[in-house]
Amino acid sequence: MNSDPRNPSTPALPHEGGGGRSIRVVSLYDDVMNVYADRGNLIALRARAAEYGIEVEVTSVSVGDPLPAEADLVLIGGGQDREQRRIAQELAGRGPVLRAWAEDDVAMLAICGGFQLFGRFYRDSSGEELPGAGVFDVTTVAPGPGWPRCIGDVLAASLVPGAGELVGFENHAGRTYLGAGAQPFAIVEHGFGNNGEDGTEGARYREAIGTYLHGSLLPKNPALLDHLIGAALRHREGDDSAPLVPLPAVFAERAHAAAVQVARRRSRRVQAAPGSAYATP
Amino acid sequence: MLGRASGAVVRRLGRGGGTALPGLVAATIAPRLMERLASTPGHGVATVTGTNGKTTTTHLLAAIVRAAGIEPLTNPSGSNLERGVIAAYTEQVDAMGRLPDAASQVGLFEVDEAVLPWLFPRLRPRVAVFLNLFRDQLDRYGEVDSVADGWGAMLRRAAHAHTLVLNADDPAIALLAESAHGPVVTFGVDDDAVALTHADHASDARFCVCGARFVYDAIYMGHVGRWRCTFCGRARVAPTVSARHVELRTDGATIEMTIAGAPVTVVSPLAGLYSVYNVLAAAAAAHALGIDASTIASALAAAGPAFGRQERFTIGERSARLLLAKNPAGLNEVIRALTAGDAPLMVLAMLNDGVQDGQDVSWIYDADVEALAGRGVTLVCSGDRADDLALRCALAGVVPVSVIDDTERALDAALARTPSGARLDIIATYTAMIDVRAALARRAGVGAYWEARA
Ligand SMILES: [Zn+2]
Repeated sequence: MNSDPRNPSTPALPHEGGGGRSIRVVSLYDDVMNVYADRGNLIALRARAAEYGIEVEVTSVSVGDPLPAEADLVLIGGGQDREQRRIAQELAGRGPVLRAWAEDDVAMLAICGGFQLFGRFYRDSSGEELPGAGVFDVTTVAPGPGWPRCIGDVLAASLVPGAGELVGFENHAGRTYLGAGAQPFAIVEHGFGNNGEDGTEGARYREAIGTYLHGSLLPKNPALLDHLIGAALRHREGDDSAPLVPLPAVFAERAHAAAVQVARRRSRRVQAAPGSAYATP
Repeated sequence: MLGRASGAVVRRLGRGGGTALPGLVAATIAPRLMERLASTPGHGVATVTGTNGKTTTTHLLAAIVRAAGIEPLTNPSGSNLERGVIAAYTEQVDAMGRLPDAASQVGLFEVDEAVLPWLFPRLRPRVAVFLNLFRDQLDRYGEVDSVADGWGAMLRRAAHAHTLVLNADDPAIALLAESAHGPVVTFGVDDDAVALTHADHASDARFCVCGARFVYDAIYMGHVGRWRCTFCGRARVAPTVSARHVELRTDGATIEMTIAGAPVTVVSPLAGLYSVYNVLAAAAAAHALGIDASTIASALAAAGPAFGRQERFTIGERSARLLLAKNPAGLNEVIRALTAGDAPLMVLAMLNDGVQDGQDVSWIYDADVEALAGRGVTLVCSGDRADDLALRCALAGVVPVSVIDDTERALDAALARTPSGARLDIIATYTAMIDVRAALARRAGVGAYWEARA
């Protein structure tokens, strides 16, 4: 009853009694926006889904490619300024579809430069404004020469139920500010987060997550990985989707614990509680 | 000379050999020392820069100039920041602050890619070698584009006569020819048999300066290959020093090359196509320095490995080979070299996250570790971030048999699993390499490298 594992584009049968489950993943611009090893997220997703017996159909969508009709999970990684400029206009043009998907509870994970371009706009260090896809009500400004990049290990408490404590590494010039329609993805304990000021990290809208954390993010945060797989399954299967029964993740938990220690040792601790300071300055 | 005395002191401190600290002292005391000394070697100065292969290329070039009767003045052991270069001079100066043997010397300096724009106008090199530009330690260097832009601006400002030695196959390097004022010597590979059948993930210069995507007639590694732009017409040029036929083995390579048309064959003890590029770069630099092809070829065949770069150690009935890998392109090439044969592999892999390694260990996800899967690898993971490395390898389908943070215990465990008569391959990031090399040297009875050089 299973489709051919060597041919991931083979359509899967509808789920029945827990067998033959599958999710449809769109990997956006993974040949362009790939500078910070965010491909590790897809590597971890495939491996974890295989442990659960879930088939993953991946459609890579790059410059000039059409979006597929449907998706359960959308991934996009980070890129250099030059690469962001290359895709920004086209990605903004895909905004209406991506926003409709977000309203329909498609799971999304947009990292670093991808997060910035999933916001309303990104103003780069030369002052040029790149339009965003508008999935998140956030704006990003690269402050230009003289301002240090936000670089280092991050430890943050996720606001996604069950995703727990997050570890990652951030490396970004842009400062991101949440608008009234956005909730933070996490609260920073060690590191910079969105802007180094308000203690927020990333953004969240329904099942869409934007974040500065790479490292790669999903391999070392198995609870978040399980959350995303669960959200993608709910989109695919509807409200009667059987919840995942979490499997152990021995190597991932050990790497997570090691990264927690590193972040505590090396990154500045955020003192102020972020309170209500989410608004755009 | 204070700078010199401190060298003896800090070398006793161990880790890193203290090869940069005397220069730090000298730089503080005499900031213009280097600018004054830079012009004194009678055969001028050559610089070697790029993401991967600086130490090996400089080491090979030193062997060639020695064979040509010229004494190299070098900065040893990857000590390639400003301080390391100053240290190379201060180690040699006499009480009068002069280089006593300057007339018979050439300065050969490996220079960190981020430091080159500062050092270039001060060292005023007669020959400047550019090897490659890969993503490396993004937390330290920033993004790849800004490094290339900095080099271009540096070359356009250059006020002294020099020859550029450029990797024809790396478009980010080859296009520096557009910023050249003087002669350009190029090196590259012309052998489709060593081309990849699919692109590596860790490729960076995929787009031309005109904005179009490069087309490749052959890809040798990452974004390195026979490239062209169908939009603006920029394209790889036929290299001055060309590898026409390359045979890769797990323990070395045979390279049939032409040097400005003269055919020579080099049997190198260095494994991997990345080492072939270092051999070609050293040959091209020596050619730019005016050394003849037969001297180049015989010196390259006789040259051993540089510090920690494919060095071999004999420990009882077993051997160990130390392979430095500090970024995705480097790790991909090490894996490719290891998997050139069919024999089962015993591997100790070590990941540290110090400043010299890159504090961000994300890069292991950009490397194609999957290439080790199904190749009969017995793997031990170690280093400060052993757990991160173990996770990466497990996700690639190479589940480690053991994960041991401590270097000494990990080395002993890996040696214990290595069959008698077999070889342990140790892949390590920079500071992990320094640590495990010391542990290897103790077990093999080999002296520390700075003693070996004396
Ligand atoms: Zn072009």
